[in-house]
Amino acid sequence: MSVLRPTTIDEAVAVLSAQPEAIPIAGGTDLMVHWPHRLELHEKTFVDLSRLTALRGLRWQDGDLVMGALTTYWDVLLDEQIGRRFPLLHRAARQVGAVQIQTRGTWAGNVGNGSPAADGVAVLMAYDAMVELTSVRGVDVVPLRDFYTGYKISHRTPDQLITAIRLPGIPYRTQIFEKVGARKAQAISKIGVAMVEAPGGWVVVANSMAPTIRRCRAVEAVLNSGHPISSPEALHDTILQDVHPIDDLRSTGEYRVRVMARLLYHDLREHIAAFS
Amino acid sequence: MPLAPLLRREGLAKLSGREQYVDDLDIPGALHGITVRSTSARGTIRNIRFDPEIDWSSFVIVDHRDVPGLNTVKLIETDQPALAATEVRHIHEPVVLLAHPSRRALRKAVRAITIEVDPLPSVLDFTVRPTPEQIQHGSDNIYKQITITKGDARSILADAPIIVEGVYRTGAQEHVYLEPQGMIAEEVDGVIIIRGSMQCPYYVHTAVCHALGREADQVRIIQTPTGGAFGGKEEFPSGVAIHAALLALKAGRPVRLVYDRTEDLAATTKRHPSWTRHRTAVASDGQLLAQEITFLLDGGAYMTLSPVVLSRGMIHAAGPYHCEHISIDGRAVLSNTVPFGAFRGFGAPQSLFAVERHMDRIALRLGLDPVTVRQRNLLADGQTTATGQVVADGVDRQGLLNRALSLSDYAAKRETHRQFNIDTPDRRRGIGLTTFFHGAGFTGSGEVYLDSKVAVAGLPDGTIEVRTASTEMGQGTTTIFTQLASDRLGLPPEAVAIAQPDTAVVPNSGPTVASRTAMIVGRLVQEACDDLRRQLSLDATDRGNDVAEAIRAWHRTHPNGLLLGQGHYRPPPGIEWDEGTYRGEAYGAYGWAAYVAEVEVDLRTYGTTVLDFVAVQDVGTVLNTTLARGQVQGGVAQGIGWTLMEECQWEDGAMTNNQLTNYIIPTSSDIPPIRVAFQETPYPHGAEGAKGLGELPMDGPAPAIANAIAAATGAEAAVLPLTPERLMADLDR
Amino acid sequence: MTPPTSDVALGFLLNGSSVSVTCAPEDRLLDLLRGPLRLPGTKEGCGEGECGACTVLLNGLPVNSCLVPSYQADGATVETIEALADERHAALLEGGATQCGACTPGVAMTAEWIRRHPALGKRFPLSELMAGNLCRCTGYDGILKSLEAALTDDEGTA
Ligand SMILES: Cc1cc2nc3c(=O)[nH]c(=O)nc-3n(C[C@H](O)[C@H](O)[C@H](O)COP(=O)(O)OP(=O)(O)OC[C@H]3O[C@@H](n4cnc5c(N)ncnc54)[C@H](O)[C@@H]3O)c2cc1C
Ligand code: FES
Ligand code: FES
Repeated sequence: MSVLRPTTIDEAVAVLSAQPEAIPIAGGTDLMVHWPHRLELHEKTFVDLSRLTALRGLRWQDGDLVMGALTTYWDVLLDEQIGRRFPLLHRAARQVGAVQIQTRGTWAGNVGNGSPAADGVAVLMAYDAMVELTSVRGVDVVPLRDFYTGYKISHRTPDQLITAIRLPGIPYRTQIFEKVGARKAQAISKIGVAMVEAPGGWVVVANSMAPTIRRCRAVEAVLNSGHPISSPEALHDTILQDVHPIDDLRSTGEYRVRVMARLLYHDLREHIAAFS
Repeated sequence: MPLAPLLRREGLAKLSGREQYVDDLDIPGALHGITVRSTSARGTIRNIRFDPEIDWSSFVIVDHRDVPGLNTVKLIETDQPALAATEVRHIHEPVVLLAHPSRRALRKAVRAITIEVDPLPSVLDFTVRPTPEQIQHGSDNIYKQITITKGDARSILADAPIIVEGVYRTGAQEHVYLEPQGMIAEEVDGVIIIRGSMQCPYYVHTAVCHALGREADQVRIIQTPTGGAFGGKEEFPSGVAIHAALLALKAGRPVRLVYDRTEDLAATTKRHPSWTRHRTAVASDGQLLAQEITFLLDGGAYMTLSPVVLSRGMIHAAGPYHCEHISIDGRAVLSNTVPFGAFRGFGAPQSLFAVERHMDRIALRLGLDPVTVRQRNLLADGQTTATGQVVADGVDRQGLLNRALSLSDYAAKRETHRQFNIDTPDRRRGIGLTTFFHGAGFTGSGEVYLDSKVAVAGLPDGTIEVRTASTEMGQGTTTIFTQLASDRLGLPPEAVAIAQPDTAVVPNSGPTVASRTAMIVGRLVQEACDDLRRQLSLDATDRGNDVAEAIRAWHRTHPNGLLLGQGHYRPPPGIEWDEGTYRGEAYGAYGWAAYVAEVEVDLRTYGTTVLDFVAVQDVGTVLNTTLARGQVQGGVAQGIGWTLMEECQWEDGAMTNNQLTNYIIPTSSDIPPIRVAFQETPYPHGAEGAKGLGELPMDGPAPAIANAIAAATGAEAAVLPLTPERLMADLDR
Repeated sequence: MTPPTSDVALGFLLNGSSVSVTCAPEDRLLDLLRGPLRLPGTKEGCGEGECGACTVLLNGLPVNSCLVPSYQADGATVETIEALADERHAALLEGGATQCGACTPGVAMTAEWIRRHPALGKRFPLSELMAGNLCRCTGYDGILKSLEAALTDDEGTA
């Protein structure tokens, strides 16, 4: 194993361009899990991002929130303005692992890891985040909602570094994030749903419900249509147009669909007149 | 006079990180060891293939041929090999051991070894009768069968107008002691010295002598501070110690064999899964007329302690109630999973869950309050238990129940919940209770066989050292023994040392299990103190300085002498137990309790939150309030985990969720405030009136919570754990 | 930029003193502490970031040292349980915060962090802040109550 420790973005992207198989590492809260057992990773080259001071911190730009790639959950929790403008970032951050994970885990790492269970990705996608990808070839900005193409497959090419995540400063009305885990803290989502009412209509994002985190367009259409919904069960078919949850160690596909329907139904009842 | 309070003696060492656990010991030149395990559930070992890519000459390699003594882990039976020789019976069974200076090299090496097995039919469901090809133990795979008979339940049930039936199941539970299993072995001057994390140094001693073919004085076992055990370090460490010793002998160097979490979760014993059926004849006022109970335990691939776990489970199976006609039929059977073993409660949590959930079913059927049904049947002094033991301990069991009801505000809560459940579309609240008991100490004549001994040494400087094999694993042995000895002789706590259990130094005070330490061994510590005083020709009024001075004086006249007070177990009078018929005094004493849980079920997610928990118990005199409260709260938390979230997922008899991210135990966000109260009826034969305490709190949470969930939602709540997925299916019925 | 290498040389501030070590890039901060730096107070309970037994303060924040690659400690401030004075433990000792002790150093480090930032305890429930430290013995009440007591004491003496 070897480690490269660049101090500037230029150096970092040059390294990735020269050695596309090298693995960027930020907080390590995905990459280091069960580290002693992950012998295949011990053969790799890592690019340590922790010295890239340019990627630290978050700022407001033209009303948008721009988070450098090293922004952690804890950084976000300390920022009160985020709590007012994008409350779901706080809601999700508080529920990612526990404090020891929040202080190390980065939003960009959550995006980069591409787990279908990622809570950060769910709320970022609900807020229509844009992912800034930098390489020696230049800067690409990709909407997060189009970022994933398959299980742990994304538009990021191996030579690209995620350098920032940008959230457009749109005003939202209802904003809800529900995370269902096997316990109240330190749990990986069995189901997650982020629901926001944007000027253009409802945005619903589900995690742990499909091979990738995704927008639930069929559900959104129903919410936007004003069609009456009489029970949670009435949402099952719509949900299944959007996602295909599986049985795994953490839960069952059936539970996931039914509970997602129940969360939508009960949580939105107060906000959507057609839900009776 | 109550004992003077004392803070946990080793508490500061633990808080400051100075306490040295086995993996913290710096042993120069020690190699690391690792265990290579079966990947097949059952079969004949055809070949063990070592990948030639690896230079094996740098490894110490041990297999069954290196076992100098008898290749078994000696316990009740000798059915479990130390290292599988010709046949494997479960995935993760140890087959080969390796040692090397580098842990990383060992991890690579394990992957380069293939244990080739010709498969044989395995048993994966313990409730199904095995086919002839599946038989691996005796003629029927039954490790132990027990029947308890009182009166004639069958004929009462034959004519009874009201019979309530129910089937209850519970799953395996992992101990998840925070410190995984570990041992360090070395041979010094012909003596094998093994240090490690354990509950029972003399169990390990016996097992190592047996497998290594050594005399007792050629093996020395030293307990290191033990980071949690809960039964998981009762019998299992014997195997780890044998393995470490085998490697050390072959290497000619010390070897450290410390499991990591994934290995510990996958390969170590767990709580026995259970299946219980109740058929109960009841009168319309709730009186129990006859109880017929069938109790099955999954023993796993080897016997370990299953017969005794079965026994304790059965003795508790009828609950703390009076009933003239009881028939309990129980079996512990083989399956090709990792062996199940000792775990806090030892079979009682399983059988008590069943009977206590069943009591609520009876109440529901009769249209009575669950409280009424219990009040009507709770054992009163003069009445007898299932084994015919006359209860006469003066404990106010009805009072315990009433106290729990008033502390939890039971009656008012039932009312507010009714309204809450009408007003709230997506939540349901409920309150549930359980009354139960737990026998302290070994069952029946067990304590007589143990023949426990304790010594208290008077040292030349006038201080004393308490020498027992009873280990500190967090439950407070060190502190309690200090309090008892200090009180008995009037010495300050600083003048009382507690010897680290080391089989070369301490007498065998029996295993640190079965909630027996404070009650039984504590009593022997007091007797040893008295004996010391007798040897010094002091009387009971001589305390403190008189004692210290007498000890110093003794040493002045006996230079290099050994001044030892001794305590030796004698059974209290009137204990009669017939192992053949299961009649008599099953336990010298019982702890009694009434627990109440209040829950909220989220109907969106089917998730259960425990809002409040009240635990009232009579465990005799409380010797140390902080420690006792901590034992109850910790046991309740472990019980909450078992009830709501802890579930081993199995594939081919192997645990697939052997990571803490997938085997979920409660965090601080999952546990409500646990309100603890004690009623103290002294037990005349326990130290200062104490009875056992450690296991009891594990028994109550499951039935209290399940009953609360049933009250809230109408669920059957008959299968543990009550995960949201299971509750969803339950409510769909 | 440092060239690729199989061994890494690091310097950091450990419990108030600067240390320099060379280690394999595979070593986790936990391995470094327990091994060559001889500070076995920090425990390994899982190696997967779940239990918090390995909690140390990295640049003042609680982290699981089993998830920190050693090279990321370069230039940082690291505090382990060994840095805390005995007096710091009084409240936890009295309140029954420790039983078997295996989780305890991690618990004490997270508690220490909360005590240094008492405002945290007002913004978040203590049970949430402590949720990354699994304890199998205490049922958490002893931990939470004694931390509360410590915070109250600190307030009085501040
Ligand atoms: C105990 C525990 C609990 C957890 N709980 C949760 C939870 O509740 N919810 C949740 O969503 N996640 C959870 N996680 C997962 C993890 O914490 C998050 O995914 C976190 O955001 C990862 O960030 P990191 O910086 O630590 O990632 P790293 O481990 O450093 O990297 C993760 C991946 O992203 C890539 N990457 C990182 N940064 C970049 C970049 N700038 N450019 C390109 N690629 C990059 C890496 O190459 C790697 O593939 C948990 C993890 C643990 C150990
Ligand atoms: S050992 Fe690091 S979190 Fe468990
Ligand atoms: S004290 Fe034992 S795990 Fe916390």
